[in-house]
Amino acid sequence: MSERIGWAAVGLLVALAVLGPWLGGDPTAQDLGARLLPPSAAHWFGTDHLGRDLFARVVGGAGITLAIVVLVVAVSAPLGLVIGAVAGTMGGAVEAVLMRLTDIALALPRLVLALALVAALGPGIENAVLAIALVAWPSYARVARAEASVLRQADFILALRQMGAGETRIVLVHMLPLLAGSVIVRATLDMAGIVLTAAGLGFLGLGAQPPMPEWGAMVAQGRPYLLDQWWVATLPGAAILIVSLGFNLLGDGLRDRIDLRSRE
Amino acid sequence: MKGWPAHLAALALTALGLLAATFFIGRVVPIDPVLAAIGERAPPEAYRTMREAFGLDRPVFEQFLRYLWQVLRLDFGDSILTARPVARDLLRVFPATFELATVAMLLGIGFGLPLGVAAAFWHGRWPDALARGVALLGYSVPVFWLGLMGLLVFYAGLGWTGGPGRLAIWLEDDLPRVTGLMTVDAVLAGHWAALASALGHLVLPASVLGLFSAAAIARMTRAALIEQLAQDHVTAARARGIPEWRVVLRHGLRPAAAPLVNTVALSYGHLLEGSVLTEIVFAWPGLGLYLTQALLSADMNAVLGATLLVGVLFIGLNALSDHLVRRLDARSR
Repeated sequence: MSERIGWAAVGLLVALAVLGPWLGGDPTAQDLGARLLPPSAAHWFGTDHLGRDLFARVVGGAGITLAIVVLVVAVSAPLGLVIGAVAGTMGGAVEAVLMRLTDIALALPRLVLALALVAALGPGIENAVLAIALVAWPSYARVARAEASVLRQADFILALRQMGAGETRIVLVHMLPLLAGSVIVRATLDMAGIVLTAAGLGFLGLGAQPPMPEWGAMVAQGRPYLLDQWWVATLPGAAILIVSLGFNLLGDGLRDRIDLRSRE
Repeated sequence: MKGWPAHLAALALTALGLLAATFFIGRVVPIDPVLAAIGERAPPEAYRTMREAFGLDRPVFEQFLRYLWQVLRLDFGDSILTARPVARDLLRVFPATFELATVAMLLGIGFGLPLGVAAAFWHGRWPDALARGVALLGYSVPVFWLGLMGLLVFYAGLGWTGGPGRLAIWLEDDLPRVTGLMTVDAVLAGHWAALASALGHLVLPASVLGLFSAAAIARMTRAALIEQLAQDHVTAARARGIPEWRVVLRHGLRPAAAPLVNTVALSYGHLLEGSVLTEIVFAWPGLGLYLTQALLSADMNAVLGATLLVGVLFIGLNALSDHLVRRLDARSR
């Protein structure tokens, strides 16, 4: 049941991201004569301080959020997967060094390091993605290593070694596809965190830059008007909540199904 | 204690990793520190002298050692924004964050622990569903947005809590700074109006921030207690006729202490991090607000100093929790 709600929320995000341009209208079109209008039939979510339609902007933000999530996972999951797979397959000193590095990275504060990294690289959506990805890989490495070190003892891997298959070939061709499942579950569980971190960076003004309709930045723009025009900050924030709730429900459901042993 | 040297070595390695990370971040800044210090029109000789004074002509490894030495002496350089040593700034802003995070933690324990116990005790009934809902919300809600909603409802709407800041404006000059913790300073000064104001300002940000740790603690308590209550020693205790509440607290909760201590320590570390966003929403003059202002003006000395402080506390809490868990958990000895 709750996994279905998760699918629905994530499906809605994808649908809005794909259909957004036709559905919501132009998220950056300003109309200074129609500033801070309350929700109505003409403007379902009202308008912001520049008279931009908030429904169009919330819909437009779906694509940005989805793009950030996909890009962060696309960078961090393969990185962690390869590190974990190599460590688990090779064993010995390689494993010791790689997993020590992973443990160190896991023990560092992720949000603050991402903040500092974006400050150093300069604000912007690309740098935000890079920063989040650079602090997100260790959990994938752990999951991949745990599975790979079990698989290492499997008969078919031993058989491959006896036939003279190189370590690179074993890792790339035979290990990686088997590890993908648990890494995908791990990624789904991480996606809510990625959405929240990206929105936090946007709220601080370090993520997507104006006039991009990024949800966190929209909450920040609505903050001065919070008490009199509540909708400007409230509705984009509700969108963040729904999407991250969706990813959490989906991740929990997938984990229970695949029964990945991971304690909070 | 056979594992001591190994654990200390691991701790030192992690700290070294943190320093490597901040050193790396400090070097990827696209601003030339020499140009920033002497200006673009300075003659080439001055540029070269300054570069050598900064040690930037030395190999990277030597620069890293130099950086280590500076950090060990608590020399983080001067902040561009405040024109004061970063170390002194950090000392000034830290108590506000410490107060916020600690009260948030206490609220998280006070709310999350009973909720988790109730969820395990009435497993599958409505308290369980409530605990699951709170946990889900705690993991899903953007903390800065929850803070704004809290201000909208409880401050602007109902008038139950104080607004942004740590104290009502007219009281700010009344209170001498002793510890930097507003509530403690108010008690020390015997200034009860200030204490009421400080608590009124503290309750909302601490609750918003505490929701995350309440979520983590409720989830962990529930899972650990359900596991314990299914064990034979619990059945045996019940068979001896021990009252149910005693069974739950003594035979269920006590063996679950190790994972709980771990969760509390970890979420305390996350609270220090999460306070960055919360402090901005509530104009709370702590580490997070200081860090954010530094971030936005690319004041890298202040950014890296604050990052190091959060990182050291984070690592320290991790290590402390590992140590406590090892002592508590007989099985892992």
